[in-house]
Amino acid sequence: MSSPTVVTEAVTTTIDHAADTKGRKRADKPRRKTSFKLFLLISPFLVLSFLFAYYPLYGWVYSLYDYKPALGLSGSEFVGLQWFRLLVSSPTQVDQILQVLTNTLAISFLGLATSILPLLFAVLLNEVKITRFRNAVQTLTTLPNFISWVLVYMIAFSLFSSTGLVNDILLDSGIITTPVKFLDTDQHVWLSMTLWSIWKGLGWGAIIYLAAISGIDPSLYESAKMDGAGRFQTMRYVTIPQLMPTYLVLLLLSVANLLNNGMEQYYVFQNAFNKEHIQVLDLYVYNIGMTGNSLSMATAIGMLKSLISVALLFSVNAFAKRVRGQSLV
Amino acid sequence: MTTTHTEHKPTQVTGHTRTSGDVLFSIVNYSFFILLAVLCAYPFYYLIINSVSANDLSALGDVRLFPQGFHLSNFEQVFHLQGLPMAAAVSLARTVIGTTATVLASAFLGFMFTQERMWARRFWYRFVVITMYFSAGLIPLFIIMKNLGLTNNFWVYVLPFVVQPFFIVLVKTYVEGMPRELQEAAEVDGASVLRVFFMIYLPNMTPILATVAIFAAVTQWNSFQDTLIYVTDQSLYTLQYLLYMFINQANSLAQAAQNAGGNLGALADAASTQTPTSIRMTVSVLVVLPIIFIYPLFQRFFVKGIMLGAVKG
Repeated sequence: MSSPTVVTEAVTTTIDHAADTKGRKRADKPRRKTSFKLFLLISPFLVLSFLFAYYPLYGWVYSLYDYKPALGLSGSEFVGLQWFRLLVSSPTQVDQILQVLTNTLAISFLGLATSILPLLFAVLLNEVKITRFRNAVQTLTTLPNFISWVLVYMIAFSLFSSTGLVNDILLDSGIITTPVKFLDTDQHVWLSMTLWSIWKGLGWGAIIYLAAISGIDPSLYESAKMDGAGRFQTMRYVTIPQLMPTYLVLLLLSVANLLNNGMEQYYVFQNAFNKEHIQVLDLYVYNIGMTGNSLSMATAIGMLKSLISVALLFSVNAFAKRVRGQSLV
Repeated sequence: MTTTHTEHKPTQVTGHTRTSGDVLFSIVNYSFFILLAVLCAYPFYYLIINSVSANDLSALGDVRLFPQGFHLSNFEQVFHLQGLPMAAAVSLARTVIGTTATVLASAFLGFMFTQERMWARRFWYRFVVITMYFSAGLIPLFIIMKNLGLTNNFWVYVLPFVVQPFFIVLVKTYVEGMPRELQEAAEVDGASVLRVFFMIYLPNMTPILATVAIFAAVTQWNSFQDTLIYVTDQSLYTLQYLLYMFINQANSLAQAAQNAGGNLGALADAASTQTPTSIRMTVSVLVVLPIIFIYPLFQRFFVKGIMLGAVKG
């Protein structure tokens, strides 16, 4: 607040104190009215926020029922913790959920393991001194981030299906005699999903590091040069260490999101062949809830997932607070 | 940040003598980025050249580097496909209406949350922002939407997107950087809060609102999951959803192709008769073209947006 305002406020306070109680009440009333009017102006939006973020939490009670949409909640049977017990006691259910968890964590860890790539991309792109070339690369590699997973799947389909471009070329050149099934296969599902994520997100992920590089104090580079550091030493001992704080923040956030892979990517790539290894938690919840009609079981699993995710976020945040003295969120 | 790209001047001090190692590194480095750029761009190019090539050739997979038998009739013919004109209209409508709603709401709330006089301002701000960090999950959300009458309803594409905490934080940060005196001066003249917002703040927020608009529009245009979950009524299908169906339903697509061709009667020849491939390619191009055109123009806003977001955490 600028100093003139402070002075005005001080003056007002003095006047307020000088005035009698009756006068003060009279002065307060319109102020309180404005204050509430301001709240009323935003209240419709608060209602929307409540409806789409808070109110659905009430839907967690469906996990305690054997919910049948046709009967409504009141007509459905209350089963207590049956679904949660089933999750840990029914062998088929346990097997299924373990497989789903394995997929979820495997894909998430592959994501964590490759999360350094955007940083390296940025460091290497920074070594490109031709501005036009650098801008062109940035534009082209960022584009995939802005298309939908449906379109990514369309691209995958036209390039990698059994009649797709890659198979055509391999067949034409005589390297193979029967088409390779890149998409309709249960092999390397986690890896191919990770590769598609990288294809889509690498250039975009690098932007934040490129911006961070432009913020590095030039004197660091000057002293590195004085000390006789070459190009690689400068990259290794100046640029990369300077980017580490940004990298660690993003890494911690992805740890908090270990269970949240989203479902869109896996849904569009899902087929009868790869189903076992592509089903991550989000997709599993959709599959059993929306197509399998086990709405209550799906709610129970989704609820556990949400709770664990929030707990992870809190832990990661507390960790960041202790280590860097600053919270993430 | 005023130029189209992240403004990063080469930070290294140049001038030292270039060793052969340096030259080798440059060659490898440039080649690496050329390869990456091609890997990212070629798939788009592939879709485009196939959508404008002779349909019998594209169906055989013979169009790889350049268009062959160039024609543009596919773009007219796909609109004879059942459901496609409607889907295009729905996609366009949700993008325009949804984006407008998101931008106005973000601007208004971002501004209002800077109003210190508001009753319990900090509480309500947190009430909104905290929703970024949790989700009830897909099924409860589906049931609630159903109870609210929002399944098979166009407004399911708009209403859940109106209040978006991330955008509100962006705008609020921006407004906090604007001079306070603007509002004080106007209020001395007797302007109401709404008047101050619409006449003074809104017109001066365009840079941040452009960022929000682009993000919101891309999200709306690309959205697929909400159609999948909340919509069974075919008249509410979006282009993205239709494309997904076209990729997966080869048989019904061939049928649709015939129907679309039938409209042209005797005019149809092998090069312009619709095939499943030509339909998929053309619809894909319809879906991606707006993004490709808009994207380079607005790249600077993206960059600005992600930077502001990063600063706020």
